[in-house]
Amino acid sequence: MPQLSCQDLTLGYEGKAVASGLSFTVGAGDYLCIVGENGCGKSTLVKTLLRLKAPMAGQVVVGDGLRPGEIGYLPQQTVVQKDFPASVREVVRSGCLNRCGLRPFYNRAEKQMAEENMDRLGVSSLAKRCYRELSGGQQQRVLLARALCATRKILLLDEPTAGLDPKVTAELYALIGRLNDEGITIVMISHDVGASVRYASHILHIGKGSALFFGTKAAYLESEAGRAYADVGGGQA
Amino acid sequence: MMEVADKLFLYLEYPFVRYALIVGVLIALCSSLLGVTLVLKRFSLIGSGLSHVAFGATAVAAAMSLTNNYVLVLPVTIACAVLLLRTGQNTKIKGDAAVAMISVGALAIGYLIMNVFSESANLSGDVCATLFGSTSILTLTVAEVWLSVALSILVIAVFLLFYHKIFAVTFDEDFSTATGVRAQVYNLVFAVAIAVIIVLAMNLVGALLISALVIFPALSAMRVFKSFRAVTVCSVVVSVVCAVLGLLVSIVAGTPVGSTIVAVDIGGFALFSVAGLIARRL
Repeated sequence: MPQLSCQDLTLGYEGKAVASGLSFTVGAGDYLCIVGENGCGKSTLVKTLLRLKAPMAGQVVVGDGLRPGEIGYLPQQTVVQKDFPASVREVVRSGCLNRCGLRPFYNRAEKQMAEENMDRLGVSSLAKRCYRELSGGQQQRVLLARALCATRKILLLDEPTAGLDPKVTAELYALIGRLNDEGITIVMISHDVGASVRYASHILHIGKGSALFFGTKAAYLESEAGRAYADVGGGQA
Repeated sequence: MMEVADKLFLYLEYPFVRYALIVGVLIALCSSLLGVTLVLKRFSLIGSGLSHVAFGATAVAAAMSLTNNYVLVLPVTIACAVLLLRTGQNTKIKGDAAVAMISVGALAIGYLIMNVFSESANLSGDVCATLFGSTSILTLTVAEVWLSVALSILVIAVFLLFYHKIFAVTFDEDFSTATGVRAQVYNLVFAVAIAVIIVLAMNLVGALLISALVIFPALSAMRVFKSFRAVTVCSVVVSVVCAVLGLLVSIVAGTPVGSTIVAVDIGGFALFSVAGLIARRL
């Protein structure tokens, strides 16, 4: 039983379909990259997987012991966060909130978990710093630590390297790869086909209106969609 | 100096002055608690919008000659708060436009109703009192004081119980919802709390000046402090200190209560801005 499986999803806004016929599965420990052009429905797919938005048709099934609400999420930056006064520790701890239920405060285990995840991502030394004053790469690490507090199983990353310089981007990819090696399933939306092909185990390529390809990386490189994209983006690979 | 102190102690002997201080402190405390979140959610003007709604409802209550106008004003304001804070995702009219629409609409209708139905000889005086608060904080009845105390305690309790949830939902609503936190519920609780505070604060500073009470302490605190907890605590302290100072000054100097408190808040903001600049230089 895969952790996530999507059958014949149709995604869209206000009755207008953006993408249809999306079928794919994500098993435990997979590293899936979702690539495609702007406007092909990648962000809508994220919202659907997170159950922030209902699909127009088809369904998302979670399995393999994964409960809905147990998907760790690394969102794109929002405007609100640019001037939000919050310490790194406060941000990371907020990832534990889904364990609290109605309890108003964090318990010791949750605080401990926040500290461990800060350690794991190398942001412990920043614990008291203000989130908005960190560099882009540091902010992404903090948000990753928060996502890891919310899940032990699967992370959904929405363009995690957007706006980062090449060195920081490489570091972040290495970090994500390490988390994947530790057994955490990764689902990543990406513009960067070169990096996707390098790090992922599976690729979902969404074209205009429908899925062009879903399968393992090796099969993707042999496929028509993969070759066409590799010609364009191959220089970076 | 001694004269001022004597005068102050003389005034403090009067129960209505003590009531004003108690209620003033509570209102300042609650409004600044919620203010931090409102400012961060980009809803700074919601206080002003809701207070105009409360003004309209007060006018209707007066026209209906209700003895206790809270019965009408509170539910109407809560309903509008829920409506306004729910905006964002699926509404046809977007956030700031909705606030503007509801606030001027309620203001106009309120004034219209007051004009048509009022039996008072001093209409402009009544309107001025509702808009700028003038003396209503000094004419509170014992029942009103207790009601204010109870509602304030309720708001403080809600804020403390939901503190971490309010933080998480304000910082990143999508993440919270995705990880199974019921963001909509907390937004609703928050909307109700803000409506309650707005209705209470009308007594203190009047309908037009409530926004100042909500945003100035939060903005002052955000000049200097960098964590959510520090900002929240600091804005509460700033707000209470400014409210007490403003009340005392207005009692001694005979100035209007609401505008004096806001003036002190502005002073506080200036002070914190300078402090923030200096701290950044160091």
